Amino acid sequence: MKDHFDPSPKVGDRVAKTTCYMCACRCGIDVHLKADAEGVERVAYIEGNRDHPVNKGVLCAKGASGIMQHNAPSRLRAPLRRTGPRGSGQFEEITWEEAYETARAILAPIRETDPSKLAFFTGRDQSQSFTSWWAQAFGTPNYAAHGGFCSVNMAAAGIYTVGGAFWEFGSPDWEKTKLFLLFGCAEDHDSNPIKMGLGRLKERGARVVGINPIRTGYNAVADDWYGVTPGTDGLLILSLVHCLLKAGQLDLRYLAEFSDAPVLIDARPGATHGLPLKDDDGHALVWCRKEQRPRCYDAEDVEPDLNGAWAQDGVTHRTVFHAIAHRYLDGAYAPEAVAERVGISARRIRALAGEIARVAFEESWEEPIAWTDFRGRRHETMTARPVAMHAMRGISAHANGFQTCRAIHLLQTLIGSVEAPGGFRFKPPYPKPATAHPKPHCKVTPGAPLDGPHLGFVHGPDDLCLRDDGTPARIDKAFSWDNPMSAHGLMHMVISNAHAGDPYEIDTLFLYMANMAWNSSMNTTGTMAMLTDQRDDGSYVIPNVIYADAYSSEMVAYADLVLPDTTYLERHDCISLLDRPICEPEAAADAIRHPVVAPDRDVVPFQTALLELGARLGLPGMVNDDGSKKYADFADYMVRHERRPGIGPLMGFRGNGEATGRGAPNPDQLNRYIENGAFAVAHVPAEGLYMKPWNKAYQDWAVEIGLYDAPQPFLITLWSEPLRRFQLAAEGHGERQPPDHLRERIKATFDPLPIWYDPMEGHATDPRFTITALTQRPAAMYHSWGTQNAWLRQIHGRNPLYLPTGIWEAQGFREGDWARVTSPHGEIVVPVAHMPGQNDETVWTWNAIGKRKGAWALHENAPEANQGFLLNHLIHELMPPKGDGLRWSNSDPITGQAAWFDLKVAVEKCAPPADLRSTPQFETLDRPVPPGPDVVAWEVKR
Amino acid sequence: MTTLPAPPKVKLGLVIDLDTCVGCHACVTACKGWNTQNYGAPLSDRDAYGEAEGTFLNRVHSYTMQPGSGPAQTVHMPKSCLHCDDAPCVTVCPTGASYKRAEDGIVLVNEDACMGCGLCAWACPYGAREVDELAGVMKKCTLCVDRIYNETLPEIDRQPACVRTCPAGARHYGDLNDPASAVSQLVAARGGVDLMPEQGTKPVNQYLPPRPRDTLGADEDILASFLAPVYEETGAEEATGFLGWLDRALEKV
Repeated sequence: MKDHFDPSPKVGDRVAKTTCYMCACRCGIDVHLKADAEGVERVAYIEGNRDHPVNKGVLCAKGASGIMQHNAPSRLRAPLRRTGPRGSGQFEEITWEEAYETARAILAPIRETDPSKLAFFTGRDQSQSFTSWWAQAFGTPNYAAHGGFCSVNMAAAGIYTVGGAFWEFGSPDWEKTKLFLLFGCAEDHDSNPIKMGLGRLKERGARVVGINPIRTGYNAVADDWYGVTPGTDGLLILSLVHCLLKAGQLDLRYLAEFSDAPVLIDARPGATHGLPLKDDDGHALVWCRKEQRPRCYDAEDVEPDLNGAWAQDGVTHRTVFHAIAHRYLDGAYAPEAVAERVGISARRIRALAGEIARVAFEESWEEPIAWTDFRGRRHETMTARPVAMHAMRGISAHANGFQTCRAIHLLQTLIGSVEAPGGFRFKPPYPKPATAHPKPHCKVTPGAPLDGPHLGFVHGPDDLCLRDDGTPARIDKAFSWDNPMSAHGLMHMVISNAHAGDPYEIDTLFLYMANMAWNSSMNTTGTMAMLTDQRDDGSYVIPNVIYADAYSSEMVAYADLVLPDTTYLERHDCISLLDRPICEPEAAADAIRHPVVAPDRDVVPFQTALLELGARLGLPGMVNDDGSKKYADFADYMVRHERRPGIGPLMGFRGNGEATGRGAPNPDQLNRYIENGAFAVAHVPAEGLYMKPWNKAYQDWAVEIGLYDAPQPFLITLWSEPLRRFQLAAEGHGERQPPDHLRERIKATFDPLPIWYDPMEGHATDPRFTITALTQRPAAMYHSWGTQNAWLRQIHGRNPLYLPTGIWEAQGFREGDWARVTSPHGEIVVPVAHMPGQNDETVWTWNAIGKRKGAWALHENAPEANQGFLLNHLIHELMPPKGDGLRWSNSDPITGQAAWFDLKVAVEKCAPPADLRSTPQFETLDRPVPPGPDVVAWEVKR
Repeated sequence: MTTLPAPPKVKLGLVIDLDTCVGCHACVTACKGWNTQNYGAPLSDRDAYGEAEGTFLNRVHSYTMQPGSGPAQTVHMPKSCLHCDDAPCVTVCPTGASYKRAEDGIVLVNEDACMGCGLCAWACPYGAREVDELAGVMKKCTLCVDRIYNETLPEIDRQPACVRTCPAGARHYGDLNDPASAVSQLVAARGGVDLMPEQGTKPVNQYLPPRPRDTLGADEDILASFLAPVYEETGAEEATGFLGWLDRALEKV
């Protein structure tokens, strides 16, 4: 019988290799293109690129649904000017010329008078090195991306402590680890490599332990699940530290040679008390066992003594390790002492500590890689410590997240597993210590650029971004006493502060792909009110709002001017080593996107629009000497821009096409990327594959390809000098002093060693609020983006509040029931479901499923806009009032990370609403795009 | 009524590892994408931006169970046609549209002959078939029959879309009638099972059960030996005892 089907259909007419944009993973994709009946090339199928360093051919649910993202009916079609009241969604379409001139007319006077009146914040931005460069040229100090409400605790704690972080910046040694600990709720970063890695661990029979209040996804396949009570991870980790110390299950050699554990701490009372002792060149001092005297830590023949003591002038300086022993051997960290609080039995805590010890030291081996360390010593092997750790947003999103993340790094360091074979590995450009990063800059000069990059790493009060009167220089109060080490800024405070005029008022809010009028803000209802609030004269409190997005999100309705972006298949993008590249532990790598189909709408890639706007404003770097526009478009920038001589946005194919890292701009560079599958790779030399912070071969290679200009070896920093410097200020030392209301908090939380404190203390304003409410992103969705995707929204179109068995049974819930959920800030009424696999004190739901009617081109009957809901209505960007009249941000006191997960609620069963809609509900937005079609059946046919 | 062929010599099918599947739905949308563009009518989505009811050939279900002791466990179970040896969906078909291939055991629907009566979906105990309301024909997993023999694809890509995309490597494809095949060996090593064997359908697809969970600390004594204190526990000032041990230990490093 002849087949009734074609067994060998051609997938498409051609394959374009580019980079996915459905999450922060940035996998390589093969886009199969096929001409339709009119001869127009359409996307027919998307699959993973087998040659790509990130995903090696696989692709997640989001990536494989990219075709529906690209074709989404929610795509904006032309620049929009508001015609109705702000928030109504009423717009008229205008030309790009009108759009550019409108924006220029708003921005040019700001730049000439006070550039800080512009707040430019980007959300889903994968070109931060570019957008920050633009903002710096404009001259405003008010720039950041969305890291402050996402991950800054993780990133900052990692960089300050071990010179690198989890997520896209580091990775478990998937091929060698034997015990993997995955901390924290939410299972997103980085998406496919973790799934691939878990698959490898399973194949090899390695043990996976999930420490997470919720047993979904990765935790469902974890061999062992520790359903920790939210916000107590730090206490659990320090209890593990206690057990390991007590049993001497420590890598003493590693600690002595590669960490600051042997560094001597100043014991003299006064302004330097508690700071690491240093020599005149600023090198930390250790006690040398051989010479019995203090010596510079990096001397070739130094023998750092973990228990060294230096008696000097009547005081005895002791080591960091001495302080660690005193701190964590305290009975307060014993498993029995913490068990109830963390929700894990002492027996299970001990079992985990015992397993860590067993695997780290009994299953270790010597990896036959000879190497030379930064002291110049030759080692014939590397000692494996096959215990790897990784952490997720649940660690980051509490107000104790910075210290909790530091606790994880302490645990890793004690067993010697950071950068050891089998342990946690950095991806280039990491390791890179905090001291090698820029400091933040905030000096504003009318008509001129800012004095340096906005974001960076502070090392003490001198580096804060304060105005002459001591008030915050930035609208988000980043790098102020409120949250001194806020390396990513505080996007979640921008609208709130701008509305309150605290620390000052602004003129224009310019946002890029940040759904601040919905799921990306705490206190969504309040944020919408702030964006629409008017003064007595009828003007808006926040006078101008410019917004760029590719899709008809809720935020679009709150803009005065909308700049429509393209989809990810229609534009150039640069996944650059200058910000957030796609490296792997064994290679530096970067990538591009390039237009594989032409837009069928009057849209412009945002970066190209920003360059045009920059040229019209005459921003330095964006115009030639004669005032003409310097870059034709973003692709031109990607090729020709140089950050330092020979260092540009893209690493590969520089100079004559053969240079990697450093080299002159190559006009043919993008073609070479496209030929190579849209990425470039530079392999770390074999001798430099592990122990990178101290490994001469790695450091020299990093300099060679331009990651930094001189080797940057460093000691793991268990004792944080910056934290101690802020603490000293709070104790009254130094010129720059914190305001009195922050003194006690800084003293308590800026401990130079990792500590645990209850992050939710200030939230439980009523004894009813005993339950923690969490959200997590499903693996198949990317925040609000997935909802416009006809395929993905069928997977996660509904989000009940999941209740643990205890609550479910105590209140007699049944399937189909609803609950009223109350927090100190608000109330929602939502559908519930039972989920046994979660911590008894926790409820949760999927993040950003709930939608506002009228947004995302959804129909009136979309479940997302009826039953769907956000927990955001229950979360305030400020702490509950303390009666002092101050606006206390709901953030980590150290980094300003939004404390999304410190949400305390009461849950009570209620009658289902008559209309079966969750509350609150809001007016339907007018649509700048028509609603989506009734039927989708996307087959490209000739 | 449609007859089944003699038992095929080659039985192509999937092995799905429930120990490894994280429930990410990658297989679901890769399948949707391929089979919307290829093999018969596209998999349509009705009221696509409203209530949304679409056709899928592969869906992931999640089950949570509470063992007698220890924490609750969740299993993600992707489910598609299992290409049964005794496929009731074939024998029930009044037109012969639903059939099992003699050469490789794949169960297919000839959409040209299908009248969309839905009897096969009723007969399938696994709920693995869905009528596409737009096309009015029965849709089901084809094991990507237009990939696995597709001469326009590189050899390495001649496997079902769901297998190629699975990030966790939880899906495997091969000849389950060949005891030497990688999939058969995996099934043997991991104790692969039939889904609902009591139905007597003799499914070709196999599921690998989750390994035992939450066993850490079961052998308490062994792990406890790694936590024996290195100094005398006094309850107070233990750091002094620890630092004494440290000095001795450092002598040996």
